[in-house]
Amino acid sequence: MSTPAHAGSAGSADASPLRVVLAAEALRFTWPGGKAPCIDIEAFRIAAGESVFLHGPSGCGKSTLLSLLAGVLVADEGRVMLLGHDWSQLSGAARDRCRVAHVGYIFQQFNLLPYLSVLDNVLLPCRFSARRETQASRNGSAREEAEHLLSQMGLDRNLWTRQALQLSVGQQQRVAAARALIGQPEVVIADEPTSALDEDRREAFLDVLLTACVENRSALVFVSHDQRIAQRFARHVLLPEINRAASSAMAVDA
Amino acid sequence: MRALFSIAWRSAWNRRFTLALTVFSIALSTFLLLGVERIRTELRENFASSVSGTDLIVGARTGSTQLLLYSVFRIGAATNNISWKSVQALQAHPGVDWVVPLSLGDSHRGFAVLATSTDYFTRFRYGDRQTLKLREGKPFSELFDAVVGAEVADKLGYHVGQKITLAHGSGELNVAEHADKPFTVVGVLARTGTPVDRTVHIGLAAMEAIHLEWVGGAPMPGVHIPAEQVRKFDLTPKNVTAALVGLKNRAAVFGVQRWISTYTGEPLMAILPGVALDELWSVIGIGENALLLMSALVALVSLAGLVSVVMAGLNERRRELAVLRAVGAGLRHVLALLALEGAMVTVLGVALGVMMAVLGIALLSPWLQAQFGLTLSLSEPTLNEWLLMASLLVAGWLASLLPGIRAYRLSLADGLSPRI
Repeated sequence: MSTPAHAGSAGSADASPLRVVLAAEALRFTWPGGKAPCIDIEAFRIAAGESVFLHGPSGCGKSTLLSLLAGVLVADEGRVMLLGHDWSQLSGAARDRCRVAHVGYIFQQFNLLPYLSVLDNVLLPCRFSARRETQASRNGSAREEAEHLLSQMGLDRNLWTRQALQLSVGQQQRVAAARALIGQPEVVIADEPTSALDEDRREAFLDVLLTACVENRSALVFVSHDQRIAQRFARHVLLPEINRAASSAMAVDA
Repeated sequence: MRALFSIAWRSAWNRRFTLALTVFSIALSTFLLLGVERIRTELRENFASSVSGTDLIVGARTGSTQLLLYSVFRIGAATNNISWKSVQALQAHPGVDWVVPLSLGDSHRGFAVLATSTDYFTRFRYGDRQTLKLREGKPFSELFDAVVGAEVADKLGYHVGQKITLAHGSGELNVAEHADKPFTVVGVLARTGTPVDRTVHIGLAAMEAIHLEWVGGAPMPGVHIPAEQVRKFDLTPKNVTAALVGLKNRAAVFGVQRWISTYTGEPLMAILPGVALDELWSVIGIGENALLLMSALVALVSLAGLVSVVMAGLNERRRELAVLRAVGAGLRHVLALLALEGAMVTVLGVALGVMMAVLGIALLSPWLQAQFGLTLSLSEPTLNEWLLMASLLVAGWLASLLPGIRAYRLSLADGLSPRI
């Protein structure tokens, strides 16, 4: 397995002078019914505006870690803090509110509600979060912001009012990116968003996503097993290296 | 919440064909339940309204239900008659306002023949104390005049002027016909929804006339009295089957009843029609409960169908719910979404069912009237019907919550990454 040489040094976000937006400390998580923990991480921090490439073979706990970072799952031991709030200290409803206020999420595919228009899909987080709505309308209206993001993603104006299911997969992923970014969430989590795209579309998608994240000053946690796109990110994290549960499990497999 | 409502609506619209099936199945069970309930109440109503305004029914001593059955419903036959003397004694009683004698036993092509006095047309009441109305012609006045009920006229295509012959005894196939003394239809009664519709009415004297040469249920051999000669005989009836009695003061009803049952001339009995009708209904009413139970089961089955349709569609919605969760919908939103959808589907279904029931009653009531003599009327829903609709709404909504709770669980377990 090829690990970029600078990954180890980049992994220590402690040195960053920037504010930490997302931090995991002494994090352990075992799936209900599981014997061994599947996540065991001493420390993992993401600074504001950082773009992190999180990779590793399948089964090393990527999806579980993302769910823990997004507060969908709650740590058994240790804690995950979003902007200083410990997920485990919040009620379920409060976690839902906090997540939508500060986190944008992009799935592998099927990101959109097929029965809503492209614009309505982008505006969804503003419907559920007053904070996202306020942030999105700081330069006018949330709708204008959505339109701005969509054009930033290179989506033609004539697509905006179409139903989401009429778009190609690549276009749908861009709409999902625009939705994740609307209202400037501090963190954008992308779970293998390029796996359904061919090479040209993948590069184009990364271009617009990374640029938009910089412009919106959102930190990006990008999960993928695709090493070819690694060099597009400033910081690389190989999950088995920080996840002791995964490295020991894989040592046994080997 | 407004955002959620619009999402719920558009999501439902997106799955409109599946949901339409569910709406239709709820509508069908609503239609069935309301239809059965309406028929049940109208049946009871029709039944209870077959006689009204009569204070007592008098007959030979027998069971009260039996007396009611043959005197009002023309079912079965009397074991004994009452003599004309008793009728006259009854008429002379100071508490009695009027007496309408009834004489049964003959038939015309399966319909009962009732011999009575002309008072019948003014005294007999049905329903809400309604009098009989003629839709054609006039009451009988000549000896061989007949007035037929609406159903007799419709089924046999009779109008005023039609010649008919009566048969001795009841039933379709009668060997012994009173063919020598034909009757003329002079009037057709308007429909009442009671056994009157299925009756041929003649005068008491006519009944006597056609039986002049009859003894013990058969014509005397060798004796023939032509129709034109019967007027020479005394046509006062010797006995009748029963009598309807109206009192001057209803409060005296128990006194008169006691007087009749202790009458010394012959063994008589008198029944209060309302009480006897209730008694009879308590016997045949079991059938109505079975009917109601059946339609409740049908409703249950269609609700089970609703649950399975929504359950089956749930897997394809896991992705949708995960997306909603990712953009900030909480678990309570997911639950609210499904509850909203369930409510929309149920309300639409019940509303459609009510419309179908109204339309069905409007379209089918003439046919039901003609075929079964059952009058269905479009009227305000009864309390029972309101309760039925309410319980269908609640049951339908609760049933739709079952898949909702499962979706909630799935959504809780899936988090943002549905495993499908």
